[in-house]
Amino acid sequence: MENIWENHKLSIMAVFAAIIVFSLSVVIVPEEQQAVVVRTGEPVRTINRFKPDQPYGATGAGMVLKIPLLEQVQFVDKRVLSMVMEREQVLSSDQQRLLVDAYARFRIIDPVRMVQTAGTTDGVRNQLEPILNSVLRQELGRRTFANMLTAERGQAMTNIRNNLDVQAREYGAQVIDVRIKQTDLPDGTPLDSAFRRMRTDREREARTIRAQGERNARVIRAEADAEAARVYADSFGKDPGFYDFYRAMQSYDTTFAKGEGQGQSNIILSPDNDYLRQFRNGR
Amino acid sequence: MAGKNPWGGNKGDGGSDGGSGDDGGKDGGGKDSGGKSGGPRNPWLPSGSDDGRRSAKIEDIFKNRGPEGPRRIGGGGGPPNFRMPQRPGGKSWAPVIVLFVVIAWLAMTSVHFVQPKEQGIVTTFGKYSRTLQPGTGLTLPWPFQNVEVEQVSTIRVNKIPEGGEQKLILTGDQNLVDLSYLIRWNIKDLKQYRFQLADPDRTVKEVAEAAMRASVAERTLDETFSGAGRAEIEERVRTRMQAILDAYRSGIAVQGVEIAKTDPPAEVNEAFKDVTVAEQDADAAVNTARGTAQQILERAQGETIAFDKVYEQYRQAPEVTRRRLYYETMERVLSQTDKTIVESGGVQTYLPLPEIRKRAQTPPAAPTSTQGQ
Repeated sequence: MENIWENHKLSIMAVFAAIIVFSLSVVIVPEEQQAVVVRTGEPVRTINRFKPDQPYGATGAGMVLKIPLLEQVQFVDKRVLSMVMEREQVLSSDQQRLLVDAYARFRIIDPVRMVQTAGTTDGVRNQLEPILNSVLRQELGRRTFANMLTAERGQAMTNIRNNLDVQAREYGAQVIDVRIKQTDLPDGTPLDSAFRRMRTDREREARTIRAQGERNARVIRAEADAEAARVYADSFGKDPGFYDFYRAMQSYDTTFAKGEGQGQSNIILSPDNDYLRQFRNGR
Repeated sequence: MAGKNPWGGNKGDGGSDGGSGDDGGKDGGGKDSGGKSGGPRNPWLPSGSDDGRRSAKIEDIFKNRGPEGPRRIGGGGGPPNFRMPQRPGGKSWAPVIVLFVVIAWLAMTSVHFVQPKEQGIVTTFGKYSRTLQPGTGLTLPWPFQNVEVEQVSTIRVNKIPEGGEQKLILTGDQNLVDLSYLIRWNIKDLKQYRFQLADPDRTVKEVAEAAMRASVAERTLDETFSGAGRAEIEERVRTRMQAILDAYRSGIAVQGVEIAKTDPPAEVNEAFKDVTVAEQDADAAVNTARGTAQQILERAQGETIAFDKVYEQYRQAPEVTRRRLYYETMERVLSQTDKTIVESGGVQTYLPLPEIRKRAQTPPAAPTSTQGQ
């Protein structure tokens, strides 16, 4: 070992020096990063800058040369980045309050400008957040509470995105999408009144259902009565005279028969009674 | 134990004692026999030749390390006391070790076994070059090429909300519904998944939430409770999510969205339950009415059939039947009642109250209900 060191001292040192110089003059840009080459404080060029519709593998990523020491490389994320707006209370045009959670997706399309203005992607986020906030308030404040929730939201989001995008270009960013993640009623009175409304609505529904049930029951009973009347009429109508007699017989039976819960009957007959006809004249 | 110190037995005693395992060094017994030193020895150290052996004394350890500081294995020069182990024949082991390391490095970083559900992204100095399909893939060794293997076709499931807490969503009719759901997704394009989004997993969740809220807001509360409405919402959320994720070029495929539960908020649950109770009440009322109706109809039918039968008889012999029925009925009626026959005209009648009282005390006769046939 000592021999190798002694004999090739110079060449070994040269190899090391070459490695150091090489590592200083080469920069590896991964696929998901863009790089801004800064020469003495001034951005001179970009590496692997985002271009739409560029397939992976055909980008500028990979091993790139730079002037050692003189040039510095600043990495900027090339991917779609997210920005979250924390819950904000938004007032609708009909003076209803709503808590809104939104997010935006953006991408740095001009890394040089971003480096010059915001510095880092976090810087971009910090710059854009208040803008998103105010744009969102402005846009949603023009809508009624009901519209805020539903159909018009699509158009609202496009407007918000466009407005935010205009501002974001200043920082070299492109806003891809803005979405409302959550819309909630604020705790306290708005939430309670919503609950009250829901409760009374259900109570009304329950009452309606019960009333409908009763109505249906009554209709069913009436129909049965009508049907029974028809059946009786069909049958008894064949001979009303006989029906009168027959039914009278049944009625006497029921009325005068001795039975549970029935009063005592005393019948006072006249000898002229038809029943006693034979009794009377013994014909 | 011969010595006072339990660790201090010298070599000769140690051979017969329990310490033999510690003392048997790799260097063999030949050197051990000559290794009798006067002082106490550390039994945890293998005994070697005197020049290679480390003493228990701290000063000695540092002395052995030499002025260069901590010894580096294979470092140029090396401390004077250190010598590389030698192969038989006096050659150095170093080339063999270096060769072994190089082979291991090549094998580890250039041969990749990709499992059936996986794919691998190959990057050359950070730049995407290709995607490894399942099977065995060969690449250049690290640091030239790097491989990241990811589960691709495995379905990932996210539950929203993650815990069991109540998550209220506003419906189109400005009611609130407590809703939880599952999203199932996988990767359809690994390179997009890998390079396009900064945080794909979180993006999926956020997109799902935005899509779900937008879809629920298009529906009324009652629709979210009904099976058909839920199915529609699920489908809407899925297509909406896929559209957004495709717009991001995320390389993610949403396989399905399943609504796990839709409940009314706990605060108004009682009122919702009462609706169910009311539905049952209504059903009960209708059922009772149906029963009554059936009863009425059956009775009508029974009575008319009976009448028809008698009428049939009556028609064949009207006068006789009529008289027969009359007498039979009178018989039944009058046999069970008190009868008084009074000559018509000029007779004072009075109610026989004592008689009635007497009758009330006797047990009533068995009912002889004789409905006319």
